[in-house]
Amino acid sequence: MSVMPDYLQNGMDSMSKSPMDIAVKKRLLREMLYARRFEERCYEAYVERKIGGFLHLYSGEEACALGVLEAARPGSDYVITGYRDHVHAIKCGSDPKVVMAELYGKETGSSKGRGGSMHIFDVANHFMGGYALVGGPFPLAAGIAKGIKLKGSDEISICFLGDAANNQGSFHESLNMAKVWNLPVLYICENNLYGIGTRIERSTAVLDQYKRVAAYDIPSAQVDGQDIETVYEAAQTAVEHVRSGKGPYFLELMTYRYRGHSMSDSNAYRSKDEEGTWLKRDPILILRDRLIEAGEASLESFKTMDKEIIDEIENEVIKFAEESPEPPVSEVEKYVLAENDPYVLGGKH
Amino acid sequence: MAEIMYWEAIRRAHDEEMTHDPMVIAMGEDIAVAGGTYKATQGLYEKYGEERIIDTPISEGGYTGLGIGASFVGVRPIIEIMSVNFAWLALDQIVNTAAKVRYMSGGQLEAPVVIRSPGGTAHQLGAQHSARMEKVFMGIAGLRVVTPSTPRQAYGLLKSAVRCNDPVFINEHELMYNMKGEVPDEEFFLPLEGSEVVREGSDVTLFGYNISVHWCQQAAETLASKHGINAEVIDLYSLSPLDREGIRASVAKTHKAIVVEEAEAPVGVGSEVISILNEDCFFELDAAPCRVSALNVPIPFNHGLEKAAIPNASNVVETVLGMFGKA
Repeated sequence: MSVMPDYLQNGMDSMSKSPMDIAVKKRLLREMLYARRFEERCYEAYVERKIGGFLHLYSGEEACALGVLEAARPGSDYVITGYRDHVHAIKCGSDPKVVMAELYGKETGSSKGRGGSMHIFDVANHFMGGYALVGGPFPLAAGIAKGIKLKGSDEISICFLGDAANNQGSFHESLNMAKVWNLPVLYICENNLYGIGTRIERSTAVLDQYKRVAAYDIPSAQVDGQDIETVYEAAQTAVEHVRSGKGPYFLELMTYRYRGHSMSDSNAYRSKDEEGTWLKRDPILILRDRLIEAGEASLESFKTMDKEIIDEIENEVIKFAEESPEPPVSEVEKYVLAENDPYVLGGKH
Repeated sequence: MAEIMYWEAIRRAHDEEMTHDPMVIAMGEDIAVAGGTYKATQGLYEKYGEERIIDTPISEGGYTGLGIGASFVGVRPIIEIMSVNFAWLALDQIVNTAAKVRYMSGGQLEAPVVIRSPGGTAHQLGAQHSARMEKVFMGIAGLRVVTPSTPRQAYGLLKSAVRCNDPVFINEHELMYNMKGEVPDEEFFLPLEGSEVVREGSDVTLFGYNISVHWCQQAAETLASKHGINAEVIDLYSLSPLDREGIRASVAKTHKAIVVEEAEAPVGVGSEVISILNEDCFFELDAAPCRVSALNVPIPFNHGLEKAAIPNASNVVETVLGMFGKA
């Protein structure tokens, strides 16, 4: 059984037409490496039992969120996703310290310790949250797009979900409405080939997810999600389509998660061969090697940057999370309902 | 003060709120071009256009989720679900998103949606169009539940629900849309919490909500005229939160309580009100409180069976007489 789709094994040449500036490439390399180190440090904190509950890591998929949002307007465009949400939030502008504090369940966390890893929110930066019901964000993203349309602004709504979410009814209901009402919503499918521990062939009738949206007459594309330049380029087309008022778009990114579905996952359903094949196509190494080849980076400079990032996460992010206070137990009932809402009392009489 | 129908009161609230705020929209099956199954949005499509009065596909989970998402960015959607029985399909979004998003975002995000839906037994609509769901919604933290018993409440509660920053579920009734009642001509807003004393009495409290308020009133008239029992009728128009203080105050006066609900008894409004009585005013009670509820069956199609499955005013009278040892 082949591990990767044919086009990846055959090689897909899009590098030559990349319009990406060298400074942007260098920054994205750092952002991807930062995301990887952030997630792997979460892993350690989870093993140390500093982080509880569920923890779904993004390692291996960094080029997807970072490449797509590089082509959009993070902080202004609205972004919504599932429970694998840390990196999306950070790219939208969330302070990594505040994200880590949320994973620690602290009062300084993005949801003041009420959300946890799966529910990072940063509404000021238009990161509209991570949601833990698979497929739940599909209609929410369409609704955000409806709001954008009513307001008449030129923002777009971007929804990131995995391939397995497409087997929920909400996928079909939302695509249908998005098309009927011509909503400015971009659906990004991070196809990592597994729904929890079940491989796509065993759960899904049509393997190429981008083909499924043809049923709703929505334009779509499928590209290599491990090459951030390819992702960026495809996302530019997608974002432009949506922002120009042409309605929804669906972009499928072929990717792979290195860790299990969550930390409670033994990863027993995948072979070492398969994992090894994908590790060779690591999104960070692909970009790093390309920069080295172009004479814009060296192994030494990469190692130095890596060390800086590790130190930064340790000395700033982890330190902040560990030293932050717990939410006061006396406030466990806060945030259930609006406080002092005049219309609860009947408003004006 | 005009006497108008329940549906007209709902329509008036829609119209005023849509004029007041351009971000108020209405959505649901057949509510736009067709004017609404219950006429609650009649004529508004022509007035406000298709971007604000929206015919949805038959995708309850989808359009409810879409309305909730729109509410994240300043839209105030009034979502009509044609029958509450279809709201089961939208439960995930109502419960897991609308009710929880304020909490799980640490107060950053809110979902100020209104979801209106009729429940209850009408005329031989069968098991999948006759059930009620208030017992489900009233148990969800973060969600407000109100249920108007009159055109005045239908108007005033919807007005407040649209402007409130919490998600509000409004439980209506298919048999009540043509009910007439007086509604003040000037604009007003009713509180989303509390209860109303519909009839003052001293001997027993009859707690009702939505259609059962009317059964309670009929029963109270019969009890007064034929049996010399002076019943108080309390309208629990807010089911979440329930008006603990109002419940206690009435029973502290009458010392006897009966809860009348169209739904089946288990895990219902009656269970909850009686628990409040136990917790807050057990020693005020002179008799064990009891419930008048539907039988615990799917609502039957056959007219005779259907009538037998749900309670009525006579059942309320019989229950009161039993409590007074007069049965």
